[in-house]
Amino acid sequence: MAKSLGLDQQSHEEILKKERKSNSAWSKLKRNKTALLGLFAVSVMVALAILAPVITNGKPNEIHPIDAYLKFFEKGHLLGTDEFGRDLFTRICYGARVSLLVAVGATAVGGVTGVILGLIAGYMGGIVDAVLMRIMDGVLAFPFILLSIVLMTVLGSGIINVILAIGIAEIPRFARVVRGQVLIVKKEEYCNAGRVIGISHFRMLAHHILPNTVSEVIVYGTLNIASAIISEAALSFLGLGIELPTASWGSILRSGRNCLNTAPHIAAVSGTFILITVIGFNLLGDGIRDVLDPKMKK
Amino acid sequence: MLKTILIRCLQIIPSLFVVVTLTFVLTRMIPGDPARAVLGPQASVEDVEKMRETMGLNQPLAAQYKDYMINIVKGDFGTSYSYNQPVFSLIARRIPSTLLIALPAVLIALIAGMLVGVTSAVHQGTLFDYVFMILALVGVSMPIFWLGLMLVLMFSVNLGWLPVLGMGDISKGLGDVIRHMVLPCFCLATIPTATFSRITRSSILESIHGDSIRALRARGIKESVVIWKYALKSALPPLITVLGLQLAGCFAGAILTETIFSWPGMGTLIVGAIDNRDYVLIQGAVLVIALAFVMINMFVDVIYMIINPNVNYEGGN
Repeated sequence: MAKSLGLDQQSHEEILKKERKSNSAWSKLKRNKTALLGLFAVSVMVALAILAPVITNGKPNEIHPIDAYLKFFEKGHLLGTDEFGRDLFTRICYGARVSLLVAVGATAVGGVTGVILGLIAGYMGGIVDAVLMRIMDGVLAFPFILLSIVLMTVLGSGIINVILAIGIAEIPRFARVVRGQVLIVKKEEYCNAGRVIGISHFRMLAHHILPNTVSEVIVYGTLNIASAIISEAALSFLGLGIELPTASWGSILRSGRNCLNTAPHIAAVSGTFILITVIGFNLLGDGIRDVLDPKMKK
Repeated sequence: MLKTILIRCLQIIPSLFVVVTLTFVLTRMIPGDPARAVLGPQASVEDVEKMRETMGLNQPLAAQYKDYMINIVKGDFGTSYSYNQPVFSLIARRIPSTLLIALPAVLIALIAGMLVGVTSAVHQGTLFDYVFMILALVGVSMPIFWLGLMLVLMFSVNLGWLPVLGMGDISKGLGDVIRHMVLPCFCLATIPTATFSRITRSSILESIHGDSIRALRARGIKESVVIWKYALKSALPPLITVLGLQLAGCFAGAILTETIFSWPGMGTLIVGAIDNRDYVLIQGAVLVIALAFVMINMFVDVIYMIINPNVNYEGGN
């Protein structure tokens, strides 16, 4: 009898273990085919960026004027060459490094600052909340690309400045998302209990409120990386972002624009990489949202 | 109701204040001397100093800010030194050009997005639904400046069907202007169409499985009437919210679209002003677009309140 009870106990634990495993975020994500497709697209781009020195000739800025405007597969150039005879595949792979770095960096800048401001505004309430949110509303009144353009004009071109310009323009969006969550979370029972036992504001924010806003931030952050990639490309396309000859997808697109008649493949290839990556992050972001917040699933 | 609308209108005052102040701060932070930019690199130090005096740049920042605020209230946005014209009249001349592509783009996007969204929802799970939802995903992810280039490549360079640059000439007939409008409008309409279709589809799907629609069907009302008259009604509030955002977004998107197609609107005005370091013009153009953004959002909220009186804006949360 005792033995059978022990077995029951064991199988019960195994079932619970299996259930926990199948209900974990990763398992749910694995069941979402479109999210997996997005993850695959993003992984390929990240792999291209990381493995750039291994899978290419490692010289994205090496000029061979004699080989200018080569088409796909000509003279061993997988994606052809640009107006200076530089290997396009090499530049795309190295460009992936810059574009992804800028997108992730800008999201980190906007995310961290926005989360801090959102936490403070939502938690403190009153005049602090009113002032911070009115400032955020004012910044939000600037169309995103316009604010980035003006900030780039102020900061000057360069990778760090592009990260800052896009990141600063993103702050209000993160702040609003987090503030909204904080307003809900701070009314929960466990927060009331924390206040009753007299825990510090910092502990309340760091240990009880922040962890409960993380899922929203992850979802928004993933989707935001997609828009940051487009923003970087747009700024570089306008000549305000990454300085030439540094390769980024936007700067390659800009040079492709100048020779659209002679070598349309330059613009076509760089844009396709941007599009696939953005679709990838959008699919992944939607998938993560479905996993973390099933109520939002439509 | 009227009180709520009035409160919403008053709520834009702090936003307007922040917009105006931020524009002042940002344009003052742009590196380089505006006086030197006006006179060029050959100008003597004395001339530059005189110009700084004339432009009021030698005054303390607080005094400059005060003058700037007073001038804006008066509707005086200063004089552009690259065009040597009042900024206000320059902007006033360019806005209709931007609206000429932005408004048709949003209108086309709304109609196309609703048609696709409703049809996809009605035929949920079919090949049509999958194809259009994939297209919608591609649409919302599209870098429109790249799409613009590809459209130019296909329809102007390869096929030679449509003109590449400019706005056309009305003296050659309305057809010439419309031919020039096609590609920029298509480009601007891409993201809004995808957004409208996704929103319409999800709203319709939500409502057609609801009790009210089931009741209408039970009463024997024609399916097309049920869908287009009753189910679509439920999609209107979210569509109106997004409509305002997309219209404002088209104004911003015009910066890139107009640059590709050399369309003489607000976008090319701003890009040109940045290239020329025309600070007064940058300040004026940025301000006008941001103010338009605030006003459009306010109007959308007011319309939303009118069609959906249960929304509470006073709490703000």
